This record gives sequence, C-alpha cells and structure tokens, in this order.
Amino acid sequence: MSLFEKTATELLALQAEGKASAVEVADAFLAAYSAREPKLKSFMLSPDPDAVRRRAAEIDAKRKSGRPLGKLAGVPVAVKDVLCTKGVRTTCSSKILEHFVPPYDAHVVERLAAEDAVIFGKTNMDEFAMGSSTENSAYHLTRNPWDTERIPGGSSGGSAACVAGCQAPVSLGTDTGGSIRQPAALCGIVGMKPTYGRVSRYGLVAFASSLDQIGPFAHDTRDCALMMEAIAGHDDRDSTSVNRPAPEYTKTVDQPVKGLKIGVPREFFGQGLDAEIEGAVRQALKEYEKLGATLVDVSLPHSPYALAAYYIVAPAEASSNLARYDGMHYGHRTTEKGDLIATYSKSRAEGFGKEVQRRIILGTYVLSSGYKDAYYVKALKVRRLVKKDFDDAFEKCDVVMGPTTPSAAFKAGEKSDDPLALYLSDVYTVSCNLAGLPGMSIPCGFTKSGLPIGLQLLGAPFSEEQLFRIARMYESVTDWHTKRPKV
Amino acid sequence: MSLSIDQVRKVARLARLELSGPDLARMQQQLSAILDYIELLNKLNTDGVEPLAHPLPVQNVFRPDEEAPSLPPDAALQNAPNRVGDYFGVPAVFSDEPVSH
Repeated sequence: MSLFEKTATELLALQAEGKASAVEVADAFLAAYSAREPKLKSFMLSPDPDAVRRRAAEIDAKRKSGRPLGKLAGVPVAVKDVLCTKGVRTTCSSKILEHFVPPYDAHVVERLAAEDAVIFGKTNMDEFAMGSSTENSAYHLTRNPWDTERIPGGSSGGSAACVAGCQAPVSLGTDTGGSIRQPAALCGIVGMKPTYGRVSRYGLVAFASSLDQIGPFAHDTRDCALMMEAIAGHDDRDSTSVNRPAPEYTKTVDQPVKGLKIGVPREFFGQGLDAEIEGAVRQALKEYEKLGATLVDVSLPHSPYALAAYYIVAPAEASSNLARYDGMHYGHRTTEKGDLIATYSKSRAEGFGKEVQRRIILGTYVLSSGYKDAYYVKALKVRRLVKKDFDDAFEKCDVVMGPTTPSAAFKAGEKSDDPLALYLSDVYTVSCNLAGLPGMSIPCGFTKSGLPIGLQLLGAPFSEEQLFRIARMYESVTDWHTKRPKV
Repeated sequence: MSLSIDQVRKVARLARLELSGPDLARMQQQLSAILDYIELLNKLNTDGVEPLAHPLPVQNVFRPDEEAPSLPPDAALQNAPNRVGDYFGVPAVFSDEPVSH
C-alpha cells in the first residue's frame, strides 16, 4: 500500500519508527493531490506546496529536537472551506465570500495546529453547506472517487472525496442535517457528527446554529477517534460549547462493548429504501449478532415528520444567520449605485446562489408575521417529539442503527432541478441534528455496481466514546474500511 | 399550499434579495412544492407540546468583564469593500427622497 493510501494512525507509527519523515508524508499527499485533483476536484483552495512542506519540516525538526509532539504530528488534514483560516481565503464555496480572508482561525483549526497537524488545503462544499451533493458549490463539481460520473454527497463532499480518493488521510467537515454522515456513506469512509456542543463552533461560518456541528472524516474509526480527541473540548468563545472533559477516545476504541443492545427502528426500513442498501445494512446487523449483540425492535414514530421539521428550522435559522451578508463590512458589494436597501438587495442577489436564495426566502417566509406559528413553532414542537422518540429508544438500547442514506451515490445533474427530491436524501440523517445526538456512518459494503454503502450509528448525547467502540467492533471482523478506489 | 408571485416578491423584499421576473416565477413554483411537502406536519397533533428551540438545555454564560486584546483596526477592515480611513464606507443611510419599503 502506498504512503498516501495509509491511515493517519499508520502514518504516525511510520514517523515514530523513523521509517518516514513528515516531509516525505507531505510530498506523498501533494503528489496524490496533483495526480487526482483534475478528476476529483475535491478542493476549493489547493494545498500550498511550500507552506505544507515548510510546516512538515518544522514537525520533523521538532521530532529531532526531542520536544513532545502533538497527537497529529505530521498528519495532513484537509479542512472544509466553511472553517475560518487566518490569512487564508475562506469562501464557503460562495461568490459572496470569494475574496474573504479571515483575520482569525476557527477553534478547530487552532486545535489541529496545536496537535502538530499539517493543514492541507480547503475543500469544496455546497454553498454555505446547503445541499446534499456538492453541486451547489458556486465554483465547480466534486466527483465521487468510486465513480467520477457520480456526486460525492454533500454538503461536505470535498472533505469526503479527498479522503476516499487518498488526497489527504483525514479531513474536517460540518454536519447540519447529515452533511458529514451522508457524504461519508456515499464515498465509503467513516464520518462522525458529534453531540451538539461537543466541538466548539467558534470560527465556523454559521448555517443553522442550533444544528451545526464540526466533525471528522477518516478511513477508519481509529483515525476518526484520533481526530475527535484533537478537536473536542470546551471553548469559552462558543457559548454552546459544553464544559465537560473530552475523553481520550483512542485509549478505549479497541475495547468491544459487552452485552451490546442495538435498536433497529422499523421506520428506517420502510418505503423508499433501496433493496441493496437494506441488504447490506441487515447483513451488518447480523455481523453484530455474531459478535454477541442483541437486536432490539425500537420505534421512532415521529421520524416521518423529522425531514419536514428540519426544512423549516434550518432555513429559518439560515435566513437569520445569512442576514449579515449585506456587502457593508466584508463580502461582495454590488458596483451598481443605489440607496442602502438597493445596495443590500443587489449585493445579496449577485452574491448568493440559487439554493441559498431559496432557503433564505423559505426561512424568511416561515418566520414572517402571520405564518410563524403555523410553520416555525409547529416545527419546534415536532422537534421535541423527535427528541423524545430517541430518549425513549435509548431506554431500551445502547445504539440505534440503520442505513445512512436511502440509496447510493447518484449521477451529477440527476436531481439538480428538483430541490425537494434532493432534500429527501437526508431522510435518515436529519433527526440526529434535531435531537442534538452524536452520529456516525461507517462503510458496510458495496452495491453490485461498486458504489459504497454506509451504516449509520446514532447514540445518546455524549456517547461518542461508546459509538467508536461499537463501530470498531464491526471493523474488527470486516474489511470494507480498508478498500481504496482506483482513481 | 401554494404561494402567489406577490407573496414571493414580498418575502424577497423582506429578505433583501432582488429577484428578477423569471427567478420569482421559478422560486414560486419550487417553494410551493416544498411547502406542500411541509404540510405533512399538519397531520400531527402537537397540542400541549412545548416547542424545542435547542437540543440541549442552554443558559446564559457569563465571564468576568476584563480587558482583553481585540481585533486591530487594520485586521477588522481588511475585508472592507470600501475602506475610508479607519471606517467602512457605505451608501447614505438617509436620503432626501421618501423611501418606500
């Protein structure tokens, strides 16, 4: 296996044993990036070769000097272009932020630097993280490494494609309604959306503030745990960041959970689920039974309503968050002369893409006088019912499992004219965000045509440590996570 | 539920988005389809259910009122579309003409 196909954990071991330097690792990924980027187009901003090598050389020098090294020493990490990077453009794949250069780093970017990671470019995404295919990027399409005719999922499609396509060993994405788990499933890698509040959102460009969380993509659960160990923890610059210690996830990841009870919600196996996806997920559940787990029938009776509630709550919060883009302090300002209101309206119309405009208008409508109770408040009531379903389910089981997506990766352009059809691909992932739970997707097979399938694991709040252990149990008896596409 | 073109135009104005005629028509059709789907929620009786705005119990977080470094003016102004000295240059907020909203 080539250096660029290895996991972060393997790369750390090679460096510790003196078998590879951080500069050699960086060069391997820079070469893989250059060779594959014309096909995949995972990146919004390419990694700067000089900056990457300089940073890697610093880590090598630090190692040589005998100073203590961070948990991610010399590991390249690609970062979704919705996370602020000081002095490096952060566009959210939007024209409105085309030239925006943040004056500070996001908390997670600071954490990566503190753990001696090598920041490796900014990845492409659906504009402002609104989408499920990365086709809403204002710049270019990203391709699925398993079949470049197909989309990688979204909105963190670039972060998923670059790890699946071995252009970076690990990356960061964000998940508001499935934007980490869905692309992880469609690209055949591991992705985690942490409990709301587990990871600081400081420096994350806001989409829907009560739903957004930052989380990692990796080839396997061990790497995912390693990344979470680096980014989780309290930060007083995000008032929703939870002040409780973050466990050392890598210490326990290899310990199987004894007497594991898996909740299987009947609502996740109904109409609309592709037969091949269902087959692979059922097979994965059988593997868990062989490992001694018990399957428990659970019901999430309000899950059929979760998606509709989500598409009220998320656009409502987005319409409020995106009001800040008015062309006054930063971002695009129209060159047309006009009064203040005209300048706002023109700048926003020129700077935002179609899907972002659609969600701003939908969000403004459901919050507007006369409609707020019928839509927004109604959705918040449903949100409570969705959360209660999970509280009840976790009385009976340790984890809820099901498919991450109803079907495998679709072809680029297939759903781009039908927003509602695209929204439906989030049907299994949104309830986790509404309830604030941690969730993962891990690879559990392929369709006959060779497209990856994801198994979704949902846990009680702050059960990340246990989710990692449960996911690792499956990896110990399967090899899906070791597969790499031929790009 | 379907939205009229006038409703879409009104909401676009509230959202400070200037939409052209064809964009308004497409937006009307797509938003109506989404709202039709959202109607599903009306099948659910939510009488007596408390709205949940936030997944975890949140409370105000206080910190001591202490002096700390803030963004230097040059950094704060580095992305300004129109920097005028140490200020953001903006169109006139008040004009002599009455403004219709």
